[in-house]
Amino acid sequence: MDISYYLYLSAILFTIGAVGVVIRRNAIVMFMCIELMLNAANLAFVTFARINGNLEGQMVAFFTMVVAACEVVVGLAIIVMIYRSRRSASVDDASLLRR
Amino acid sequence: MESTITLTSNNLVYFVALPLISSALLLLLGRRADRWGHILATAVAGATFILGLIELLAMVGRDEYSRAIHQKVFTWISVGSFQVDAALLLDQLSICFVLLITGVGTLIHIYSIAYMAEDPDRRRFFAYLNLFIAAMLLLVLGDSFLNLYVGWEGVGLASYLLIGFWNKKAEYATAAKKAFVANRVGDLGLSIAIMIAFAVFGTVTFKGIEEQAESASQAAMVAIGLMLLLAAAGKSAQFPLQSWLGDAMAGPTPVSALIHAATMVTAGVYLIVRSNFIFDNAPTAQFVVVLVGAITLIFGAIIGMAKDDIKKALAASTMSQIGYMVLAAGLGPIGYAFAIMHLLTHGFFKAGMFLGAGSVMHGMNDEVNMRRYGGLARYMPITTVTFGLGYLAIIGVPPFAGFYSKDKIIEAAFNLGGSKGIIFGSLTLLGAVITAFYMTRVFMMTFLGKKRWSDDAHPHESPFLMWGPMVLLAIGSIASGFLLYSGKRLEYWLKPVVDKHGHSHEEFLSHSTVTTLALSAVVIGVAIAIAKYRGEIPSTAPEKVSVFTKVARRDLLQDDFNEAVLMRPGQGLTKVLVATDEKVIDGGVRVVAGAALGSARGLRSIQSGYVRNYALLILLGVAVLIAAIWVITA
Repeated sequence: MDISYYLYLSAILFTIGAVGVVIRRNAIVMFMCIELMLNAANLAFVTFARINGNLEGQMVAFFTMVVAACEVVVGLAIIVMIYRSRRSASVDDASLLRR
Repeated sequence: MESTITLTSNNLVYFVALPLISSALLLLLGRRADRWGHILATAVAGATFILGLIELLAMVGRDEYSRAIHQKVFTWISVGSFQVDAALLLDQLSICFVLLITGVGTLIHIYSIAYMAEDPDRRRFFAYLNLFIAAMLLLVLGDSFLNLYVGWEGVGLASYLLIGFWNKKAEYATAAKKAFVANRVGDLGLSIAIMIAFAVFGTVTFKGIEEQAESASQAAMVAIGLMLLLAAAGKSAQFPLQSWLGDAMAGPTPVSALIHAATMVTAGVYLIVRSNFIFDNAPTAQFVVVLVGAITLIFGAIIGMAKDDIKKALAASTMSQIGYMVLAAGLGPIGYAFAIMHLLTHGFFKAGMFLGAGSVMHGMNDEVNMRRYGGLARYMPITTVTFGLGYLAIIGVPPFAGFYSKDKIIEAAFNLGGSKGIIFGSLTLLGAVITAFYMTRVFMMTFLGKKRWSDDAHPHESPFLMWGPMVLLAIGSIASGFLLYSGKRLEYWLKPVVDKHGHSHEEFLSHSTVTTLALSAVVIGVAIAIAKYRGEIPSTAPEKVSVFTKVARRDLLQDDFNEAVLMRPGQGLTKVLVATDEKVIDGGVRVVAGAALGSARGLRSIQSGYVRNYALLILLGVAVLIAAIWVITA
């Protein structure tokens, strides 16, 4: 099987994630889309590591996972706080910074 | 020419330090010094006078060419080859001034104790008087132009503070400001002169410049001379900077007597005589000095004829008399000694007359209009006699002081020779006629004739503390001229300073001819005045007068000239500059700020506050970035 299919899959996953972030308003869904984009990137890293026959890509994938974990912790905390104060998880309701 | 030897001394610094410390004490202690401030100030003035007398006696005891003494106080400026010491020099010329300043100064301090007795700020007044004494002594004792300059500015400051002493009245404060501004113009001249002197000679001490004076370029000498003349014109109220002196009469009368008659206004004459080595080597500048003196002496005399305010009439007379001194100083070695002689005698009789005017005002509820006086001789006998002696001295009746000094100036002017001599000699004679006229007018309007004052005035003789100094000054007005003149005493005394080479001049008119001419001038002036003011004098100034009188009442339009030629264009220039600043400079800044603001308003609409919009923008940004990298690398 051609190894480049993994790259195509990665690109498709990334695009789905990006479109999701832009068009959805539910914070939780947007969050899942961001995770999707991160994992698409991870897939690409691992694929390139395989193509080049070294471990660098795999290593970066681990870093990405750590960063993603942190991001989840902080992000979920923010979402929970927003939900508590506004009784809604829609990001359009949290547009106060403009004023 | 014999070389002069300069001795060193340690006592000169007290002349400046004593009054300066006393002044600082009175100002810093404030109300706590109210009870004894005037006594301390007067005692200090008296102490400087005694110091002066001691120095004079010591000086007389020494040989003619080793009379000058010098004291270095400290090194003031030391930059590379430029060395200026704060140093004092007491020679035959400065001792004359020291004695005049401290002597007349002490008398006026005593007079002021009584004159200012009811003023709540009397202590401040005495503090300023002492400040003036200190600055004036520094002016005449400085051994270089730079030291002189410090005193020069100091007396300007003291004069400003004292003219505006009653600064609660807005016009008095304005008069002080006017005097200060006019003086600043002159001060600028002095500072430029010092700069040129330093550029040309590399030193600013009198001695250093004198040694190189003869070999210096003519252009530099004339430039320094003219700048010094400008300085003298500012300080001594000479044409064209004379307009401040009349308004300076806003100050208390003792100030007018001490600063604006006897001492400070004569500083210009001192400057010219002290710089004799410059003027003697710059005939062009010297001629301008004579011209300025001649113009001012006629100018002041004309103004003096028209003034009804007794102090302003005396101020105009001061201007005119200083014109005589400046003219004499411009004549060179034949005139210097007579300029100083007239300066000294004038110090006595004019200070005496100002104190007399103050005494009259004291008894007349501070009325200054002579048309509201009349017949005061019966009520103020001592003032009348002392003022009368000063009057006889100024118009030049023998054997009073002014006769000797003015006569010699007229003679020296004629001795210039040629058409110049005739023109300037005639002008001094004309000045003598007018002087006799306006002083007779002042005397008659004040002390003779019928009473013209209102019923609420109760003229009375002033207390002893006031008439005592007046009597002493009157004695000076009688005796000083003869004492200085007889045996050419002052001429020989000043010779080592102002006339080292010894001059000779041809006599154009003999001494007796000049005396006859001068005396007939006096008789003519007095006769005209008596004829005109013998009868009734209206108690308000007549309105229907000739254009000539109107112009003279307005100080010969000097203020109008200054306003039209200097002040209005100056204001116009300021307006243009303000508009330029508003429109061009501020305008430019405003355009930049406006552009930033406008573009910010446009960009603000991007900030929607919706997270998805930001996310989209980030995405687009990344896409553009990648596209750009791809384009560049491909």
